[in-house]
Amino acid sequence: MNGVFLFLSSFLASSVEMVEALTIVLAVGLTRGWRSALVGTGAALAVLAVVVAIFGPVLGQIPLQPLRLIVGGLLLVFGVQWWRKAMLRASGFKALHDEDATFAEETASARAQGAVNPGAIDPYGFALTFKSVLLEGLEVAFIVVTFGASAQRLGLAAWGAGTALLVVLALGLLIHKPLSQVPENTLKFTVGVMLTTFGTFWAAEGAGAVWPGADASIVGLLALYSLASYGYVTWLRRLHSARVSRAEVTA
Amino acid sequence: MRVIKGFFSFWYDFIVGDDWTVAVAVIAALLVTSLLAHLAGAWVVLPLAVLVFVGVSLWKASRP
Repeated sequence: MNGVFLFLSSFLASSVEMVEALTIVLAVGLTRGWRSALVGTGAALAVLAVVVAIFGPVLGQIPLQPLRLIVGGLLLVFGVQWWRKAMLRASGFKALHDEDATFAEETASARAQGAVNPGAIDPYGFALTFKSVLLEGLEVAFIVVTFGASAQRLGLAAWGAGTALLVVLALGLLIHKPLSQVPENTLKFTVGVMLTTFGTFWAAEGAGAVWPGADASIVGLLALYSLASYGYVTWLRRLHSARVSRAEVTA
Repeated sequence: MRVIKGFFSFWYDFIVGDDWTVAVAVIAALLVTSLLAHLAGAWVVLPLAVLVFVGVSLWKASRP
């Protein structure tokens, strides 16, 4: 069960970051040419591979309990942030992330940079794809390394991210447009709850607490946080609609 | 200098985000958990703290 959750969490969290990177690569590729977009992506992936190769094995040398405390704590802080933002988006307090809008913005600013010499590497296209793929890739690496190290199943977490890469690339090739069909907030909601669940479990264990039922308590935590999400979103939606109707009455 | 600042600001935004009080609350709850680790019910502290502080953070974010 733990393995399935681990794979799914890594897969979903990585998918969200990859959709964001792919949106920018597609915008640059379509407007500035594929050569610069692909070279920028390749260079960023090479830098990422070096970063992971350096820091991945170092984590394996740290004893498990302090590792779980630090990594679980980081994962929890990071997961709570995703979860909180997804609840604010679901209730209307925060705007939904719009891949179509990002694609349109990136396309317009790429076009505004002027013409590209055919066959030459375009510095703007290269820099934009390199930066986007590197930043989103670092986020994926963070997720894979923290999940994998805490559960001592780095391979499984990497498989989750690898599968996400294949699925997102296949979708990108198929639709050749921003992946706006992917319900991003639903994905982020699920990932936020899962990261918070794993972060709570590992961090508390690292701090010395003993969970009743050992690994089975992960399911209990997941149910608790899912129920809490329902409660929080219902409460926030009521607050939001009350505020909207009050504003309409005043107007 | 700008690169170093950018590096730390990226990780701060990525991990801590726009409400640092939640991060502080999580660290405080972990400290309490480790102090109570000898008790059988120490595991309750962290999920309870998460639920309370997420609620407070949502309430703060929903204020006009």
